[in-house]
Amino acid sequence: MNAQLSARERRERALRVALPVIVAAFIIAIWAAAVWFWQIKPYVLPSPGLVVQTLVTDRSLLLQSLLVTLVTTVEGFVLATLGGFILAVLFDLSRLVEYSLYPYAVILQVTPVIAIAPLLLVYMPQPTAVLVCAWIVAFFPVLANTTLGLRSVDRNLADLFALYGASPARVMWDLKLPASLPYMLGGLRIAGGLSLVGAVAAEIAAGSGGAGSGLAFRIMEAQYRLNIPRMFAALLLLCVAGLVIFYLLALVNYLALRSWHESALDRER
Amino acid sequence: MVALRGIGKTFPNGTLALNGLDLDVRQGEFLSLLGPSGCGKSTALRIIAGLSEPTQGRVEWATGAQIRSGLIGFVFQEPTLMPWTTVFNNVRLPLKLSGVAADKARGRVDAALERVGLRDFSSVYPRELSGGMRMRVSIARALVTEPELLLMDEPFAALDEITRFKLNDDLLTMWRGLGTTVVFVTHSVFESVYLSSRIAVMASRPGRVFTELAIDATYPRGGDFRTSPEYVALCRRTSAALAHAMAAGDEP
Repeated sequence: MNAQLSARERRERALRVALPVIVAAFIIAIWAAAVWFWQIKPYVLPSPGLVVQTLVTDRSLLLQSLLVTLVTTVEGFVLATLGGFILAVLFDLSRLVEYSLYPYAVILQVTPVIAIAPLLLVYMPQPTAVLVCAWIVAFFPVLANTTLGLRSVDRNLADLFALYGASPARVMWDLKLPASLPYMLGGLRIAGGLSLVGAVAAEIAAGSGGAGSGLAFRIMEAQYRLNIPRMFAALLLLCVAGLVIFYLLALVNYLALRSWHESALDRER
Repeated sequence: MVALRGIGKTFPNGTLALNGLDLDVRQGEFLSLLGPSGCGKSTALRIIAGLSEPTQGRVEWATGAQIRSGLIGFVFQEPTLMPWTTVFNNVRLPLKLSGVAADKARGRVDAALERVGLRDFSSVYPRELSGGMRMRVSIARALVTEPELLLMDEPFAALDEITRFKLNDDLLTMWRGLGTTVVFVTHSVFESVYLSSRIAVMASRPGRVFTELAIDATYPRGGDFRTSPEYVALCRRTSAALAHAMAAGDEP
């Protein structure tokens, strides 16, 4: 019960927040000390303070690029979720569709996206190609997990539905979809991070500048110009974006499953 | 009510589960299928339910008792509840699948929960219940359509003895109250004698009905019956029949 958290539980929660912060503070302190002690040049390793300073001075450029990358990531994620989900349902409804298409889904997954990106860029405008790359890497976990979930339905429950003459649509809606929800959400958590990876990989492959350039391009650009502090600042933003995506999806997962699924329950009730 | 005639079942992997099984289920009786594990009791039950097709023989339903949705209630070995929804929605499931409107279903679900003594638990999730309570929900779900035939596949095998005795008594009360025909699969001699009006003892390899025993003791049965000499004698007779059946099953 939330209202009556025991002292132990509260301490547990405080530790879960405090410990990573302490680790971060420790690493940053060593980093800053090393830069100061050996007088390392900013174009080799900028100090943490300089990274933050760059983040502030270059904020309009970096945030604009972050927005571009994030929009691609979210679009890729949504399309991957839809695509993976619809394909998984189709596979479940028809063995023939599954046999026909599954190997190609695997091929898309096992071919490194960074190798596909240049080809896509030949045929598509850059934003579309980047989006397709984000989609390619993110859709497979949704497909694989949802397929697994749809297959993991309790056989006795399936028999029960058959006993009462349930239509295939009812079985899908009232049995298979709720039963596969935990698996599907697990797939989404992986897909969220991967769509960011896909977007960044494709941006690097694309490598062209202009107003519509994402963070990955800013990193490349900063590298050419030996603007190492900006590289760090852009990288930091990507890190934060990835973390936010991960924890948002973890929250969705928790909210959707907290009333019934083992994974979202407290160990002791 | 329903008769199995020369039922044979061969699984796709070549296992001969049942061969030449004959069994009559009579209106209103409490029939137990008693046998060692692997003798095809559950398979026979699934064939009655229409969940499995026999490879030989046929299932004959008495006129008027055509197999239809809601005629049969089925209780599995595990409670088999949907973990993602409440007790109420679990019990409502058969009505929902049979197209009964939500407002009409409410009263029937409440009545079914009342019958198993879980009226106050309709809004909790299955995980919050004990094993015995989950099984009660499962029974309530099977009874919510007021089926003419209740099929139970070792429903109490995983429960502790105290809970099992209580559920045995409650099941008998419900059976007598509803006038439902029950076919109950078990491997417990004591449970089958306590509950049944008739026991079909099965032999294995291949599964078939070895012999049938009438249990003539009068209902209601309670704790007194469980300790009576009559019960002990019946158990001894049934155990002997089961021993014969198992010896017969071991022959090549």
